[in-house]
Amino acid sequence: MTITAQAVRRDAVRAPRRRGGIAPPWLFAVPALAVYALVVLYPALSGAGSAFTDWSGVGEQRSFVGLDNFQQLFHDDQALGALRNTLLLTVAIVVIQNGIGLLLALGVHTNIKSRMTLRVIFFAPVVVSPVMVSFLWKYVYNPAPDAGLNAVLGAIGLGGLRQDWLGNPSLAIWSVAFTVIWQCAGYSMVIFLAGLEGVPAELHESAMVDGAGTVARFRHITWPLLAPALTINLMLSTVGGLTLFTQIIAMTNGGPGYATDTLSTVLYKQAFVYGKFGYSTAVALVLAIFVAAVSFIQIGYLRSRETAA
Amino acid sequence: MRTGYRPRTLVLELVMVAAAVAFLFPVYALVTLAFKDPSQIANRPLSLPNPPSTGSFGAAWRSASLGSALLNSTLITVSSVVLLIVLGSLAAYFLARTATRLSYTLYILFLVGIILPFQLGMIPLYQLVNNLGLLGTYQGMILFYTGIQLPFTVFLYTGFIRSLPADYTNAALIDGASHLQAVGYVIFPLLRPITGTVLILNAVHVWNDFFTPLLYLGGSGRETVPVRVFAFVNEYTSDYGLVAAGLVLAALPILVVFLLLQRYVIRGFSSGLKG
Repeated sequence: MTITAQAVRRDAVRAPRRRGGIAPPWLFAVPALAVYALVVLYPALSGAGSAFTDWSGVGEQRSFVGLDNFQQLFHDDQALGALRNTLLLTVAIVVIQNGIGLLLALGVHTNIKSRMTLRVIFFAPVVVSPVMVSFLWKYVYNPAPDAGLNAVLGAIGLGGLRQDWLGNPSLAIWSVAFTVIWQCAGYSMVIFLAGLEGVPAELHESAMVDGAGTVARFRHITWPLLAPALTINLMLSTVGGLTLFTQIIAMTNGGPGYATDTLSTVLYKQAFVYGKFGYSTAVALVLAIFVAAVSFIQIGYLRSRETAA
Repeated sequence: MRTGYRPRTLVLELVMVAAAVAFLFPVYALVTLAFKDPSQIANRPLSLPNPPSTGSFGAAWRSASLGSALLNSTLITVSSVVLLIVLGSLAAYFLARTATRLSYTLYILFLVGIILPFQLGMIPLYQLVNNLGLLGTYQGMILFYTGIQLPFTVFLYTGFIRSLPADYTNAALIDGASHLQAVGYVIFPLLRPITGTVLILNAVHVWNDFFTPLLYLGGSGRETVPVRVFAFVNEYTSDYGLVAAGLVLAALPILVVFLLLQRYVIRGFSSGLKG
C-alpha cells in the first residue's frame, strides 16, 4: 500500500484552503483517530522508545541503554546477514517482478484472443494467502529427485540440474525470491496495464505515420507515460521486499543456518524466541528507517521523472 | 495498440499461452497431488491421478478444522471491513470538507501511518492487546485490522470525497439534514466506486494476513485460515497428499470469490492505489 507522487503533490498544493460547504463537526474524525492512535501511533512511538532500552518484554522493567542495541546490531552476524539478505531480496524482487509484470502487461494489452483469461490467470495468485503460496512452492522445491520441480527436470532430460532448492544455503534465497515474484508479478501486471490503457492511441498512430517502429514507440511514447504506474509498482514491491516475513517463516524459517533470515524474521525471533524485546525493536527501527528513506527517495525521484515526461 | 489479428499476433498468443502453462505448473502439481493415493504419489509424481481418489479432502478438512477456521476468518474479515468503511468514510468526510489547520494536520497524521512499517509497533501493541485481555479474541483482531488499515482507507476516501462537489451535501444540510444524515443519504451512495475498492483491498488483506493472527490467536481455538493451514502443514509435513488437499481446500473460497468478481477485484487492485 502506498501513496502516489501525484497524490502527494496535489495535497501539498491543496494545503489549508476553503473548499466551500458547511464544515462537518470534528467529532466525525474522533472514532477513527482513537483507533488509529491506539493501534498504530502509540505502539510505534513506544517501540521507537524501547529501541534504546534493555526491555525483556516481561513486565515493565527496562532501563535506558543508549545506542547499545544498535552497536550490538552491527556486531551481530545474524542481524548483519539478515540486513544483507533483505537488501538482496528486495533488489531481486523489485527488478524481476516489475520486469516480468511489464512484459506480461505488454503481452495482454494486445488483441490476442486469450488476453482476458490470461489476465485472470496471472493475477489469481495475488489474492491467495502468502502462507499457502509458500507451502505450494515448498512442495515444488521438494529435494527428492522424483517430486516437484526436480521430477520435471528429470522428465525433460535435465536431471543434472536437480537441486536441493531450499536446503542449499546459496540457492535458498533465490528460491524464496522466485516464489514471491511468482505470486506478485500479476499485481505489477495489472498496475502497468492500467497505465497502458491510459496511453492515447492517437500518439501511437501518428508516430506510426511518421515511421516509428515498435521499439521506438515503446521508448518514446509508452515508457515515459508509464511513469505513474512505475512509481506505484516500485514503491509497492520495495516496501513488500523490505518487510518480507511470511514466505520466509513458511518456507525456510530463516535457514539453512541464517541463509534466508530477513530483518523481519530476525526481529520476530529476537522478541518471541529469545525475549530480547529492546533489541528487537532496535532492529524494527532500522527497518522503519529503511522503508521511510526508500519511500521518500522514490517519491522524489519518480516525481521528477513524471513531471519530465 | 489494437490492429488486426496478424501472424505476429498468433506468435505472441502462442508465447503467452505457453507462459501461462508454465506459470500454472505448480498449481497442476498441487491439485493432482491432492487427488492421488500414496502409491500414485510415489510412482507417478507428474501424471494425472488415475483413478482419482478424493479421500484426502475429507481427512484434510477434519485435521485442519477448516470449517471453524473459515467461520473465524469470515467473522474477523467482515467485522473489520465494515468498521473500516464506517470509521474511514466518516473521518474522511470531516477531513475532506474542513479546511482548518487541525484537519490538515490530522490528514498528514493519517498519511504517516501508510509508510510506517507495523513491525515498529509490533511488540508494544502485543503487550497492549495482552493487557487489555484481548489476546486470543475476535475483538482484538478486529481492533488491530481496523487501526492498521485505517490510514490507507482514510486516504482513499478523503481523495474521493474531495473530488465530489460540495453542493449535494450543502443542499441537504440547508434543507435541515444533520451531518450524519448527509453522509448516510448523500455522500455514502456517491462513494460506491471507492467503497468497492476499499472493501476489496481490505478484505483480501485481512483474509490472507498471517503474522498478527499467528501471534494473537495461536492456540486460542479462534485461528483464521492461514494460521490453521500453517499449523496443519507443519504437523503433517510428509503426508503430501493430505497437505495438498488441505491447501486446495483452504485456497478455494477466496479463489471462487475472485473468479466470480474478477473484473471488480482487478479494477480494485489497479485503481485503488492511484489515489
